[in-house]
Amino acid sequence: MAQARSRKRRIGMQIAEHATGIIASLLFLAPIVWTVLSAFKPAQESRQPPLPPWPTTGFSVENYATLNTFGDGLWLPAQNSIYVSVMTVVLSVIVSVLAGYGFSRFRFPLKNLLFVLILSTIMIPFQSILTPIFLVLTKIGLHNTLTGLVCVYVTLQLPFSIFMMRNAFDAVPREIEEAARMDGANNVTMLLRVMLPLVWPGIVTIALFAFLGAWNEFLAALVLMTDQSKFTLPIMMTALQSGRFGAIDWGAVQAGVTVMMVPCLVLFLLLQRFYIRGLMAGAVK
Amino acid sequence: MTSIAATSAPTRRKLVGAGRRQWVGLLYVAPAVALVVVFFIIPLGMTAWMSLHNWPLMGAHSFIGLDNYWAILRDTRFWNALKFTGYYTVIVTIAIFVVAFPLALFIERPRPLTGFYRTSFFMPAVIGFASASLLWSWLLNVDSGLFSPAAFELGLTERKVNLLATFQPAFWSIIAMVVWKVAGFTMIILMTGLQSIPPDLQEAAMIDGAGPLARFRAITLPLMRRTLALALILSVAGSVLAFDQFYIILRGGPRNQTLTAVYWIFNQSFVSFKLGYGAALSMVLLVILVALSLIQLRLLRQPEGVD
Repeated sequence: MAQARSRKRRIGMQIAEHATGIIASLLFLAPIVWTVLSAFKPAQESRQPPLPPWPTTGFSVENYATLNTFGDGLWLPAQNSIYVSVMTVVLSVIVSVLAGYGFSRFRFPLKNLLFVLILSTIMIPFQSILTPIFLVLTKIGLHNTLTGLVCVYVTLQLPFSIFMMRNAFDAVPREIEEAARMDGANNVTMLLRVMLPLVWPGIVTIALFAFLGAWNEFLAALVLMTDQSKFTLPIMMTALQSGRFGAIDWGAVQAGVTVMMVPCLVLFLLLQRFYIRGLMAGAVK
Repeated sequence: MTSIAATSAPTRRKLVGAGRRQWVGLLYVAPAVALVVVFFIIPLGMTAWMSLHNWPLMGAHSFIGLDNYWAILRDTRFWNALKFTGYYTVIVTIAIFVVAFPLALFIERPRPLTGFYRTSFFMPAVIGFASASLLWSWLLNVDSGLFSPAAFELGLTERKVNLLATFQPAFWSIIAMVVWKVAGFTMIILMTGLQSIPPDLQEAAMIDGAGPLARFRAITLPLMRRTLALALILSVAGSVLAFDQFYIILRGGPRNQTLTAVYWIFNQSFVSFKLGYGAALSMVLLVILVALSLIQLRLLRQPEGVD
C-alpha cells in the first residue's frame, strides 16, 4: 500500500518536472520559432501583430523578396558575411594550430612571455581600442575592406583558440612523435600527418567559435565598414530596421533575422558536443 | 656551456641540432604574435597616446597633455552613462543567475529528455546579440510586435502600450531579452561546476539527515565557488561592455537614458569624431574593466573548498 502510494507520488513528481521542463523549453524556443514562422507570411499579413505566429492567409516568401530590394539586396551582405566568417575560420585555425604546436612542443626564448601576452589580451576589451585599429587599418591600406575586418576578428579569436590548441597538442603523448621522428618525419610532416589527425576535435571547436564570433560580431563591423557595399548582415539589417531605407518593413526584418540565425542554429545542432567541449575547456582553465 | 664543449663531438652535434629545432618554435608562433602586436598591442599603445591629444578625424592633431582627462571629470553625461552601465550590470547579472542556477540544477540530473531541455535552453545563446536585438525590437514594437498587441487582445491593458517609450518598461524589456539570450550560456558554465562535485559527498550529507536546502548551502555553493566566480566574471565583463542591444533596440533612448559607457565612447569617437577624447574615455573604461577582472580573478584563485 505505502509502496504503491510512494510510487504514485514519484510519478507525480516526474510529471511535474517534465511539465516545468517543457514549459521552460517553449519559453526559450518561442521567439526563434515565432520569427521563423512569421517570416513566411505574405507582406500584408506581416504588418499585423503575429497572432498566431504562423501564416493564416497562405504561405509566402514575399518577405524575402522584399528584403532583397533594400540597399544592395540580401545577397551582397550575405556574401560579405560568409566571406568574413569563412576567412576568419580558415585563418584563425591555421594561425592557432601553428602557434599551439609551437607553444606545446618547442622551447625558445621569450616563450612564456609571448604566451602570457597573447592570453592576456582577453582581459582588454577590444571596444576600447577600435579607433586605433581603424587608423592602423588605414595605414596598411586595409580600411573599409573585408580582409581588414577578418584580421581583426582573427586576432580576437587567438587567445581562446591558441589556448585550446596548445592544450590539445599537450595531450598528445610524446612517444607518438618520437616514433614518427625515428621514421624520418620532419617538423612539417609531423604536424600535418601525425599530429593533425589527433587534435582535430580541438580544431572543430575553435573553427566553430571563430565562425559564430565573426558571423555575429556587430560593433567592429559597424565602425570599420563605412561603405554600404561592405556591410555584413547585422549591419545591413540594423540599417534596415532603423528606417534608413524608408518605412520599416517588419516582415523583411523577420526574414533577415531568420537568415542570420539559421546558420548558427544548424551549426550548433550539428556540432553541439564540440561547442560544449570548448565551453568546458574555458570553464576549467 | 663548458660542459657542453667538453662532451664528445657526436653528442654535441645532437644538442646543437636539438637547439636549432627548438628555435623553429619561434617561427610557428610568429604569425600569431604578429597579429596580436599589429592589431592589439600597437592599438593599445596608440589609445594611450591619442588620449593625450586633440585628435580630429581630419586635420592635424595636437598634444594637450591631460586636458582630455580633466574634461572627462566634468563630463556629466559620461558619468551618467557609467552609472547606468553599473546599474544595468548589477540588475542583469542578478537576473541571469536567478534564471540560470535553477536551470543548471534542473538539467544536471540525468533523466529522459535532459538533452532536449539543455539544447532548448541553450539555443538563444548561439545566435548573435545583433540578431537577438533585431528579433526583440520587432517583438517589442507597439504596432506590429507581439507583446503589446497580445496584452491588449487578452484584455490586460486598455490600449496598446508602447513598451519602448518610457524608461522602466524599456529597461526591463532589455533585461528580459538579455536573460533569454544569455541564461543558457551561464547555465552550462554552472553545470560544469555542479558536475565536478563528488556525488558521494551529497549522499553522505543526505544520510546525515541534511535537507536539500542545507545541502545546497553547505556543499553545493562552497564547492562551486570557482565556477560561480567564472560565471560572474563573464557576466559582469559582458554587461559592462553592453552596446548592441541598447543601440539596436533603444538607440540609447528614451531621452538618452540608456546610453551605456561603450555607447557614449562610440558616439564621441565615431559620431562626433573626437578621437582623442574618445581614446581618453576608452582608457577610463579599460582601467575599470581590468580592475574588475583582477578583483574577480583573485576570487577565482582562492583554493576550492569550505573556508
